[in-house]
Amino acid sequence: MAKIIEGLKYAPTHEWVRVEGGVAVIGVTDFAQMEMGDITYVDAPEVDDEVVAGEEFGALESVKASSDLISPVSGKVVEVNAELEDAPEKINEDAFANWIIKVEMSDPSELDALLDAAAYKNISE
Amino acid sequence: MKYYDKLIFELSRPGRKGYSLPENPYGPMLLPAGLGRGSKAMLPEVSEPDVVRHYTNLSQMNFGVDTGYYPLGSCTMKYNPKINEEIAAMPAFQGLHPLQDEATVPGVKAVYEGMDKALCAITGMKHFIFTPCAGAHGELTGLMIIREYHRRRGDLARTKIIVPDSAHGTNPASAAVCGLEVVEVRSTENGLVDVADLEKLLGPDIAGIMLTNPNTLGLFEREIGRIAELVHACGGLLYYDGANMNPLLGMVRPGDMDFDVMHLNLHKTFSTPHGGGGPGSGPVGVCAKLAGIADTMQVSGFHGNFGVILRAYAYILSLGREHVKMAGKLSVLNANYIKESLKDCYKLPIGSVCKHEFVFDGLVDDGSATGKAGATTLDVAKRLLDFGFHAPTIYFPLLFHQAMMIEPTETESPETLDAFIEVLRTIAAEAAADPDILHQAPHGTPVSRPDETRAARTPVVKYTPAV
Amino acid sequence: MFQYFPHTGEDIRRMLERIGADSLDALYADVPERFIYRGEYDLPAAMSEQQVRDFFEGLAAKNPKLKVFAGAGAYDHYTPSVIPYITSRSEFLTAYTPYQSEISQGTLRYIFEFQTVVCSLTGMDVSNASMYDGPTAAAEAMRICVSQAKKKNTVLVSATLLPQVLKVMEVYALNAGVRLVRIPAEGGQTSLQALGELIAAGDVAGAVVPSLNRYGIIEDHAGFADALHAAGALLVEYCDPSALAVLKSPAEWGADVAVGDGQPLGIPLCYGGPYVGFMACRQALIRKLPGRIVGETVDKDGKRCYVLTLQAREQHIRREKASSNICSNESLMALWVTVYAALMGPEGLREVNEISYGGAHYLEQQLLATGKFEKVFDAPFLKEFVLKPLVPVEELQQKLLDAGFFGALKTEEGYVSFCVTEKRTRAEIDRMVNVIREGWL
Repeated sequence: MAKIIEGLKYAPTHEWVRVEGGVAVIGVTDFAQMEMGDITYVDAPEVDDEVVAGEEFGALESVKASSDLISPVSGKVVEVNAELEDAPEKINEDAFANWIIKVEMSDPSELDALLDAAAYKNISE
Repeated sequence: MKYYDKLIFELSRPGRKGYSLPENPYGPMLLPAGLGRGSKAMLPEVSEPDVVRHYTNLSQMNFGVDTGYYPLGSCTMKYNPKINEEIAAMPAFQGLHPLQDEATVPGVKAVYEGMDKALCAITGMKHFIFTPCAGAHGELTGLMIIREYHRRRGDLARTKIIVPDSAHGTNPASAAVCGLEVVEVRSTENGLVDVADLEKLLGPDIAGIMLTNPNTLGLFEREIGRIAELVHACGGLLYYDGANMNPLLGMVRPGDMDFDVMHLNLHKTFSTPHGGGGPGSGPVGVCAKLAGIADTMQVSGFHGNFGVILRAYAYILSLGREHVKMAGKLSVLNANYIKESLKDCYKLPIGSVCKHEFVFDGLVDDGSATGKAGATTLDVAKRLLDFGFHAPTIYFPLLFHQAMMIEPTETESPETLDAFIEVLRTIAAEAAADPDILHQAPHGTPVSRPDETRAARTPVVKYTPAV
Repeated sequence: MFQYFPHTGEDIRRMLERIGADSLDALYADVPERFIYRGEYDLPAAMSEQQVRDFFEGLAAKNPKLKVFAGAGAYDHYTPSVIPYITSRSEFLTAYTPYQSEISQGTLRYIFEFQTVVCSLTGMDVSNASMYDGPTAAAEAMRICVSQAKKKNTVLVSATLLPQVLKVMEVYALNAGVRLVRIPAEGGQTSLQALGELIAAGDVAGAVVPSLNRYGIIEDHAGFADALHAAGALLVEYCDPSALAVLKSPAEWGADVAVGDGQPLGIPLCYGGPYVGFMACRQALIRKLPGRIVGETVDKDGKRCYVLTLQAREQHIRREKASSNICSNESLMALWVTVYAALMGPEGLREVNEISYGGAHYLEQQLLATGKFEKVFDAPFLKEFVLKPLVPVEELQQKLLDAGFFGALKTEEGYVSFCVTEKRTRAEIDRMVNVIREGWL
């Protein structure tokens, strides 16, 4: 069973968001990492890149698959988790502890369109 | 096959040599300061017998069509005739410089003209160009021709290309390299293009459609007449992906189905060896109105892979008009024979008559009833290696989760097919009784299953000497 | 019956019975009748093996045998006899792409060796499993520049690149929507000043420049990398891998990507193909590489082995988002150049360059001494050079052909180029020069 954490926001494309003030901390869900299998590479944007809600901001790679990362919110990337560059397996180890990017949100109301834990649980089973 | 562990670099000893060159009758080389290499390139220093034995040992860890049965779907692994190799190796062809004037290479000119004529006869197209070096390269070139056609008519709005969801991955990738936006058309439950869905996609922004016929499920697109009418009526062109031309050889011509542009894989349909992944040749055929545009396409350095074209021409001349008619039919016979012989133990999602290949969707009984993890298509593929067969194409097309795509080709005897069928039945029985036998396979190959995750996470792509 | 088809009439009957079809034609019942070709194919009648051989020997005999003194992207270097012997082993020749690594370690291992040879010669960190040829490799490098730069869309190309490299890049660029801008030449070499001005104009994602150019000149690329990198653009070196045994490597020039054609590494001219392209780059760009890459790993039992790796970049997984549409390499030709590199080693390749250099400089001197040519560029060259002819070019070419030589290729400017490899003897050079000396008395 994939783990789901209460209190986070979820996108139907399997990204989670933790809100810290005006900043959205974004990662992928435990369900997503289980579907992917051993993750071999995280293709992440660079600091200062703009991301747009609903559009791709990077990708996860495994041996036999590649999956786009879709941004749940719009804004500017303020931090990228550099640890994942050399250790993409950390997402397999704990998808919620290992965020991918932090985004300074340009329109926090976009959060309202995201799912809560219960709603996400329904679509990821 | 025995395991041999060396890399050529590991055999290197300073001062050893494997070459013999004439004495330098001139003075020393005087390169201006700043243009010469700083340090010597690390290349092996080995004797000639070292080289021969090393590569002979490497070859013995390899499986080819000459080694055994190679039922790789969509790859048309037919027998590669040996006379073709001798012809391609003739010094009088090998020594020709590509920039020689046509007048000094009448023999070459005859090869290109003869091939153009023969391929037109077989496909019903009007003209072929030979610069593309592979199937995907032919696709790209064909799409470039389509774009140029629209461009010359001043119709710049046609920026989209329709590709079925069952298409080879190269189709959308070639379209993207060609600057076209890919629009996917759905397949019906029967595995064919959904014509109703197609109609919704057509419009003034459509440059054309790419089709493989028979498609990647080995099924003939029987609505092709209607599809061609619809696409042409909207102003688009039809591209024929020749990857699956083999079953149509001698029976059906893409030109008669109203395709405007196509490519052929000489390394599939026309028997030239795959060479471990190339060189191939992907000549592009066009209808009359595109011939002028096609001739302007220089997509590789010179005249394409002449050595491959020579082999294919020799094959066509060997077959002649009599035997070309049998090649396609026998490939279809072989495919249907395997399909009908195994459909009780492998899931057959679409049961209708197939052409040169078909797709199973995994085992009927994967052994999960034993309480162990069920055997997958990957496991079946790996277990086949233990029995001396190459595996089919697996996990393609993407329409089925456990896809196993089998293409026997016409050059395999019924005895070979029977042996293959018997082994697949044995494997199915093993899976039902104890799937772990399959999970652990292969057991008898030079190496067992590789750690692909490690290879991808920390890529090591060249040899570095131990310090 | 036919020698490649094993089926007897009885076989066909038995197999149709299992399938439940009454005839071979019944297997095409799903094809609308109007698409079944009922005509006679306009093809010659089948030939026996001997007839096929005689036919091609007849064609081959029509091509006069010429001593090649031309280069321009295809070089007549010597092919050691070991190479075709090895590449014609059926285990290499008749294998497919090494999808099933457990029974493809032969192919995978020589590709790994090929990648190592390419990295050694270019000095770059990583290489792919090969490309179709040099010009297509250059076109793919152009795509890497644009993809890496994200928002910039101009790629600079030196006017001194081989004409066929420019042509192939142009058709790729046109369709990919990339703006290609020529860097003009000065004294037969890519101009650093012009490069600087074009970079200053903005939007530059990268530049492709030849280390050994269309005039045979060894270009000096000092300052190129700095100028490009300062603008966030990539430097792509187009090079002759044989010459890299003695010339400054792409890595030494500060290049990000190195491409070229492997043909000079002992591949026969063969009227232009098959050859093999190569592409190598800095580690940071590895995921931008098109096509196959072989990587080292271990098997379940810890044994060293090789696999196709980083496949998530490729078309069969990423489809329209793949780094390229290429889904093969020129594997057998990669084996060809790998065996060549193994036989020649660093010393053999150096000697090849020395003899070619010596022969080319001797020929240039002798040609100038005939008084029928003038020097065009005062620049260092290796095995190929251009001169301005003072006699009519067509006449010159015809006289050479009549005497059994292929040389004096005409350039766009009306110059003629000559190339000398280690295969050409001093006596052959003298004979050709004599033909010219005595051609216009």
